Amino acid sequence: MIAQLTSSERQTALLLCAATMALGLVMLIAGLDNPFGIHGALVMACAFAVMLVVIAGYFAPEPSPTRLRQYYDDPSKVGVVLAMAWVVFGLFVGDWVAWLLVYPDLTFDAGWASFGRIRPVHTTSVIFGFGGNALIATSFYVVQRTCSARLADQVSPWFVLLGYNLFCLVAITGYMMGVTQSKEYAEPEWYADIWLVIVWVTYFVLYMRTLARRREPHIYVANWYYLAFILVVAVLHIVNGLAVPVSFGEARSYSAFSGVQDAMVQWWYGHNAVAFFLTSGFLGMLYYFLPKRAGRPIFSYRLSIISFWGITFFYMWAGSHHLHYTALPQWVQTLGMTFSLMLLVPSWASAGNALATLNGAWNKVRDDATLRFMMVAAVYYGITTFEGSFMAIRPVNSLSHYTDWTIGHVHAGALGWVAMISFGSIYAMVPWLWRSQAMYSARLVEVHFWLAVAGTIIYVMAMWNSGVVQGLMWRTYNESNTLAFSFLDSMVAMRPYYIARAVGGLLFLIGAAVGSYNIWKTLQMAAQSRYRTQADQPEAELDGAAAALPGE
Amino acid sequence: MAVEERDPHSGYMTTGHVWNGIKELNTPVPRVVYAFLIATFLFAVVYWVLMPAWPIGVTFTKGLLGIDQRTTVAEKLDEAARARSTWETRIATQDYAAIQADPQLMVRVRQTGHRLFADNCAACHGANAQGGPGFPNLTTTSWMWGGTPQQIAETIRVGINATHDQTRIAQMPAFGRDQMLPREEIAAVVTYVRSLSEPNVARTAPPGQLAAGKEVFAANCVACHGEAATGNIDVGAPNLTDRFWTFGGDLQSVFTTVWGGRQGHMPAWEPRLSPVDRKILTLYLLDLRTEVP
Repeated sequence: MIAQLTSSERQTALLLCAATMALGLVMLIAGLDNPFGIHGALVMACAFAVMLVVIAGYFAPEPSPTRLRQYYDDPSKVGVVLAMAWVVFGLFVGDWVAWLLVYPDLTFDAGWASFGRIRPVHTTSVIFGFGGNALIATSFYVVQRTCSARLADQVSPWFVLLGYNLFCLVAITGYMMGVTQSKEYAEPEWYADIWLVIVWVTYFVLYMRTLARRREPHIYVANWYYLAFILVVAVLHIVNGLAVPVSFGEARSYSAFSGVQDAMVQWWYGHNAVAFFLTSGFLGMLYYFLPKRAGRPIFSYRLSIISFWGITFFYMWAGSHHLHYTALPQWVQTLGMTFSLMLLVPSWASAGNALATLNGAWNKVRDDATLRFMMVAAVYYGITTFEGSFMAIRPVNSLSHYTDWTIGHVHAGALGWVAMISFGSIYAMVPWLWRSQAMYSARLVEVHFWLAVAGTIIYVMAMWNSGVVQGLMWRTYNESNTLAFSFLDSMVAMRPYYIARAVGGLLFLIGAAVGSYNIWKTLQMAAQSRYRTQADQPEAELDGAAAALPGE
Repeated sequence: MAVEERDPHSGYMTTGHVWNGIKELNTPVPRVVYAFLIATFLFAVVYWVLMPAWPIGVTFTKGLLGIDQRTTVAEKLDEAARARSTWETRIATQDYAAIQADPQLMVRVRQTGHRLFADNCAACHGANAQGGPGFPNLTTTSWMWGGTPQQIAETIRVGINATHDQTRIAQMPAFGRDQMLPREEIAAVVTYVRSLSEPNVARTAPPGQLAAGKEVFAANCVACHGEAATGNIDVGAPNLTDRFWTFGGDLQSVFTTVWGGRQGHMPAWEPRLSPVDRKILTLYLLDLRTEVP
């Protein structure tokens, strides 16, 4: 991998590592007596490890100029491996949390293992660790193919990928030490937030530079979605993360917002994280890997336009539906609810566009579990967006809010849509990336598919039932006109559903482990040259046009 | 160079662009999409007209229906309070004996008391009120601060070792840790105290230890627990002659209690629960009480 870098790029990489180590050292000294210092040490250790890798390959011969005629896929490869590592870890922690709700003693009396700490470890690992790495890996892959251009340079993709993973690592280790700013899906403290801003802006610049080098006259839909994901996540993250540190040597801060404004900003962020992280980016994936794997043209370009702008415009307003019947003024709730309803149409248009694209290829869906992953993902996308709009209606929300129904809804989206489209895309991309003829075992992909589907259905059904039961118990009055059930009564009623949920999660986890094994074997297989296929190249190259890309 | 071509399967033309083999059809947007977009938009407009919706400067459009969620909640709370008041006022005004004699009122007490107890008390005293290590069983006749309705109500109101300025205060000193008694004397008094409720202990105790323990007890414990060790509800000293133990009655537990002292804690509920709710809880506990010797 280092051999692919030119000597000046190797020097840049070393400098970046040294600078990051220096940053870690400053943190360590400034926060010797608190978790801030521990994070300093962690930053130093990670930067040092990368530095060792660079040094080990430092004296390798210069890379051949022919590399510039090919796509740069090393960061995507590492991204896929990291994504699979994060998903197995994140699902394991998630299932642990699920069992913890059945057997409350599973914390083993350790502070770091309490529900409030490992729950965000789970959410951050799967959403940002798995989802984020899958998005970064596929976006690098897709932007090059759809632009017929190589990534704009070779150092910044590594900075984005490794810097992002450092952020995830700092985040989850922080939670276990009690470091959090207590904002859901935005828990990391100020220094991790600032680091992510640097990484994310680099990502945006890299993406724009690569798009600018494209040889296609039009920008493909997948890139609209990836770019919306990168741009809007930056905006959301910066605004919601605004905070004043208690001191520059401490892992604590005060939010710039207070009271109901804080809640509003948080859920404007939270819901748009769902929109632009968990939807937009993965729609980008869908728009490339689904038609590619199915061998079919996109059903309707015009529908893509309506969906894209509909989703982008309506989502921005929808966040306040998380705060129905709260201190938030009612007019804000009204807007959140009505825009959530209008949002359903472009969402279903996207799902419909994906499914209609499969017309003419349904025989492949039947035979190919990889394509079936993507098909099921599109179906779950449709189910979840319908459910989301439904739950945004105030009277429905008065039943569903604060119950497990919300958890069921989130997991219909996270397992059914986000994870399925990611697994489908990864299974399609791995043989292409490593130039292997196919995955090691199509059968294991099939096994993974059914484990994932079964796990998701069990999980979501359990939480739907649990949530509705909970919601009804909390609002039932007896003939004395007092509440019929205590909170404890509802907890007792939840237990069977909690067991079912944990079993569903376990199936999903086993599926991901099977997938990781299959990918691992595929990499081993690809290392043997007899299975190797040709690398795909920018189209202009195949036409025998320009020798090197402009600017290199 | 856009070259449109016809897709043989669907019959639609492509847009003419190709990205690494991916093409797009120029299929028109299905009418149903426009229809639903318009329908959801019209619904939104109607809803905006009827409900509070759009900000205008420092205020907002109030909506034709004049609905306001705060007013709605306040009205519903009033309504529920009115519905409850028929029996709640009787609980508030009648004395305990009268309520206990009224089966209809006791149905209200059991229904409401169950929920109040589970939401406020069960975390420490357990869902069935039978307590746990450090938290007394409330279904017995043994009460550290007295078991009359008024005494129970007062304990709930001010708490024990709580932040309330009239709180009940009690502390068992740490006789061992604070070096008030040597280890042998603690061992002796522990055996003596356990023998008061466990005949087996009296039978198996080493000779002389019970007498020694009784002496230590007389010199150190009677001030609170009384000569007969039956406790004193004025200072919250438990009866040591019954079978009920808050912190455990086995040798190790009693030794730990005498060695390290105890200071139980119960929050004051006056700032959190209304007088009627506290009265319901009191009646609920009295109702749970089972006659155990």
